[in-house]
Amino acid sequence: MSAQELHQMGVAELAAAIADKKTSSVEAAQHLLARARQHAGLGAYLAFNEDLTLAQAKAADGRVAAGERGPLLGVPLAHKDIFVTQGFPTTAGSKILEGYQSPFDATVVAHLAQAGAVTLGKLNCDEFAMGSGNDNSAYAPVHNPWDTARVPGGSSGGSAAAVAARLVPAATGTDTGGSIRQPASFTGITGIKPTYGRCSRYGMVAFASSLDQAGPMARSAADCATLLTAMAGPDIDRDSTSLDHPAEDYTRLLGAPRDGATAAQPLKGLRIGLPNEFFGEGCAPDVIAAVRAALSEYEKLGATLVDISLPRTELSIPVYYVIAPAEASSNLSRFDGVKFGHRAAQYDDLTDMYKKSRSEGFGPEAQRRIMIGTYVLSHGYYDAYYLKAQQIRRLIAQDFQQAFTQCDVIAGPVAPTVAWKIGEKSDDPVANYLADIYTLSTSLAGLPGMSVPAGFGAANMPVGLQLVGNYFKEGELLQTAHAFQQATDWHLKTPEGF
Amino acid sequence: MSLTLSDIGRIANLARLELSGPQSERMLSQLNGFFDIVEQMNAVDTTGVEPLAHPTAVIDHVSLRLRPDVASEPNNREANQKSAPAVERGLFLVPKVIE
Amino acid sequence: MSNTNKPPLVQGYEVVIGFETHAQLATQSKIFSRAPTAFGAEPNTQACAVDLALPGTLPVMNRGAVEHAIRLGLALGSHIAEQSVFARKNYFYPDLPKGYQISQFEIPVVQGGEVSFFLGDEKKTVRLVRAHLEEDAGKSLHEDFIGQSGIDLNRAGTPLLEIVTEPDMRSSAEAVAYAKELHKTVTWIGICDGNMQEGSFRCDANVSVRKPGAPLGTRREIKNLNSFKFMQQAIDYEIRWQIEEIEDGRAIQQATVLFDPDTGETRAMRTKEDAADYRYFPDPDLPPLVIARSWVEQVKAGMPELPRQMAERLVQTYGLPEYDATTLTQSPAMAAYFETAAKASGQAKMASNWIMGEVSRRLNNEDTDISCAPVPADYLAAMLNKIADGTISNNAAKIVFDSLWEGRRGAFGVANADLTQAAIAIHEIIESKGLKQMNDSGALEAIIDEVMAANAPMVEQFRAGKDKAFNALVGLVMKASKGKANPQQANDLLRQKLQ
Repeated sequence: MSAQELHQMGVAELAAAIADKKTSSVEAAQHLLARARQHAGLGAYLAFNEDLTLAQAKAADGRVAAGERGPLLGVPLAHKDIFVTQGFPTTAGSKILEGYQSPFDATVVAHLAQAGAVTLGKLNCDEFAMGSGNDNSAYAPVHNPWDTARVPGGSSGGSAAAVAARLVPAATGTDTGGSIRQPASFTGITGIKPTYGRCSRYGMVAFASSLDQAGPMARSAADCATLLTAMAGPDIDRDSTSLDHPAEDYTRLLGAPRDGATAAQPLKGLRIGLPNEFFGEGCAPDVIAAVRAALSEYEKLGATLVDISLPRTELSIPVYYVIAPAEASSNLSRFDGVKFGHRAAQYDDLTDMYKKSRSEGFGPEAQRRIMIGTYVLSHGYYDAYYLKAQQIRRLIAQDFQQAFTQCDVIAGPVAPTVAWKIGEKSDDPVANYLADIYTLSTSLAGLPGMSVPAGFGAANMPVGLQLVGNYFKEGELLQTAHAFQQATDWHLKTPEGF
Repeated sequence: MSLTLSDIGRIANLARLELSGPQSERMLSQLNGFFDIVEQMNAVDTTGVEPLAHPTAVIDHVSLRLRPDVASEPNNREANQKSAPAVERGLFLVPKVIE
Repeated sequence: MSNTNKPPLVQGYEVVIGFETHAQLATQSKIFSRAPTAFGAEPNTQACAVDLALPGTLPVMNRGAVEHAIRLGLALGSHIAEQSVFARKNYFYPDLPKGYQISQFEIPVVQGGEVSFFLGDEKKTVRLVRAHLEEDAGKSLHEDFIGQSGIDLNRAGTPLLEIVTEPDMRSSAEAVAYAKELHKTVTWIGICDGNMQEGSFRCDANVSVRKPGAPLGTRREIKNLNSFKFMQQAIDYEIRWQIEEIEDGRAIQQATVLFDPDTGETRAMRTKEDAADYRYFPDPDLPPLVIARSWVEQVKAGMPELPRQMAERLVQTYGLPEYDATTLTQSPAMAAYFETAAKASGQAKMASNWIMGEVSRRLNNEDTDISCAPVPADYLAAMLNKIADGTISNNAAKIVFDSLWEGRRGAFGVANADLTQAAIAIHEIIESKGLKQMNDSGALEAIIDEVMAANAPMVEQFRAGKDKAFNALVGLVMKASKGKANPQQANDLLRQKLQ
């Protein structure tokens, strides 16, 4: 089997090829490692451990030889560097964790390993997952394979670029305010953030505890379903916020017509809600055009479009940017140069050691959010900011519940524009924050949301369609996305040169 | 409202960050720029609204899971201290703590 | 407050004391991790990834710690919150691995309640504000590292209940009595081992003084009082110090102070920077703690009889004075010792006197606990029977008890002998030492006649109306009988003969 074919295969094809002994996990891993090095210029990867990767691949091939088949058995994957891993350094994209070796694996990483997946390496991301352009990584910016002068989106930019550039068939990501959906949209891949609490947060370097959620990023909804099935499920022993809700097979609805629908119109009866706040003048026309085109495709598949309202969409920006930094400021206090991580070389006393180590170790955006978070929690401001934000958060979540009385799925753009040029916004934090407007409310409500390739916009850059479902409706979301991908080929487009 | 440089100094100290003069100036303008957006929240009437700390609590009562009182973690000191900046005889070393 | 009498004044000042006590909960594992809590292990060998706050770790709550909190609430008549919330207390300190302590702030698990105890014979009641669950910090070791401190995080994450009182105490003696009563309660219900040297029961005292009727004075907090003795010394010193300051026209500054047992003085601690701004907020890693009524009922069913209930029962069942009942319920062991002796002898008050007197005196001398008393309760009972039936006098009994105590030294732990066995042993001692009371009136009359004959003048004095002489004569009779005469009988016979 040719190398070319190897990296063009998605998870399903590769797993089948390995199971049918058309190739081996070792062969696939070696090829993808070489390819990753060949495209190191993208900045997608932060770390490899070739020996460990090949050992895992060998073990997988052993299981195959023993007659085992599995949807992930032997399939090479890569993890966002937010997940702690044994054998690979974990930096969370930050200097303060340079060279950090975790004594344990994140639960999500362990689940995928049990399924026989092989870890190729660790993927670049914005420092502590704080960013939407992946230009906040302490190590290197990540380039968008569709136009290397542009950002891949963030914070899971390394994951998005690696999947889009066919360096890896699928990757893990994390989404706190859009960090899976927005880079997926910017790079023309498929990504899903499940219901908050569906995937264990144990072993994810914490950014904002009440928002962080792991999810898969791949080329198709079907591959995402396969990964999510392995990743999700209760983690009773390790994560108190992991929901005690039995694991499910997210592939079960793929290709199946909805109840009462037909093969010709598999989505008959599906009501897709369009929040008018997502289609205002704040959204670039090229993006709206691509999204509208995708929606008419959905009508062909039998879905009906209904207008809905999410009246507090704009408020989600201040609410999110108060809550997330508040939690972050506390979560990042453990980085003090005592137990692990960077410690300044020169200092006068304990307090000076803290200040120098943290100021040297944290980048500008992390420091900014620590400052914001510390301020909104500080004496006399808690009620006006943090408490107020948590109250509005409930109103935002209630708006969604109201909307889901009128529709089954909510659809709209993922971001107001296509990927911007690297450096374009790096000096304007607020502009970055505003660009998250369509993804933040879903995160605040803890709802599952995904991005599906919907075509191309300005500068021929990919545009994603955002689909949001009600709690625990990941299966229906993936079914809805899969039906679209059966009828379109946007998700099969590959950037030139990859 | 708008922050002052002394606010920046107080917050930086609380957060154990050291900002140079120019850094503080920059931080000040960026934070003030940000808090202009935040002020929108004041317009929202939230009287009687329960804060939402755990997202799914909006549809379903969330309560703390309790684990049986069993000590099962083995001593893993060596691996746990692998990335420690300064360790001696199993203790993490820090500049003298004065009480 | 039930301080019935006027509070004692010190140089015209009223003393106001409130307590914050950190009781380490006697659980197997930490409050949020599965690491062991045992004391004295090698540094950082009992600090797991969660306790060290390694990236990606999360807290998972220990059911045992919650149950201990419920037990305390039930013991002190507190409200046990159906729902309480864990919050983060944010500050930087090397012994605080996460940079925040998980505690309870706005809604604690145990609310209200009270602690009642006797100060001398006056009953006192101290109201509780709250008791909340939180995690302990690690330890900083300052010795043997030049210019540096060593951090041991074995203690980090050990479950604590912080028990906070109203400022209801009015003297160091009352404060110590409160602390002793609380210590008794937490050990009695088995939620804390009470080991003050190892820091399992740490008291902070908030002390202020004021002129009677004046508003509360500024308080200073004495931290980590780890013995009742130091507690008293520290508070007394602090009271004197504050009064002197005020008398010298200096205002008291709010401060945290440490007591130095060597100098007997308190000194202000270096104030932890920005202690003022802990930025409390609900911990997003931990949903609200919900305690079902049914769980509380279940715990209640498993609770032992509490000291106060038991004391009341001893008063009713055995007709003991409240003071005796309270003293005898210092520990479950002492109460059990009393009840065995009282039941077996039917001499409750006598048993109480002996336990509070002879038994306790010996235990104190030997600095040991009643569970280690060489003389089992039914031996005491058997001996009390001999006093009751007039076989031996009280004085003779002390001799019997001595030889029992000495003779059975080291024999404790031996399962209590049954009553007859004990009776035989005691009979032997009485015989061998010839301590039997002389109850044969004939022999006694003879002795009396001799004494009267030998002391005619005294007899005359008595008959002339000098009552004093009578006691002297009784004394002589007892002496002549070598103490074996039954004093009452000697009295009666002598009177008859003197008519």
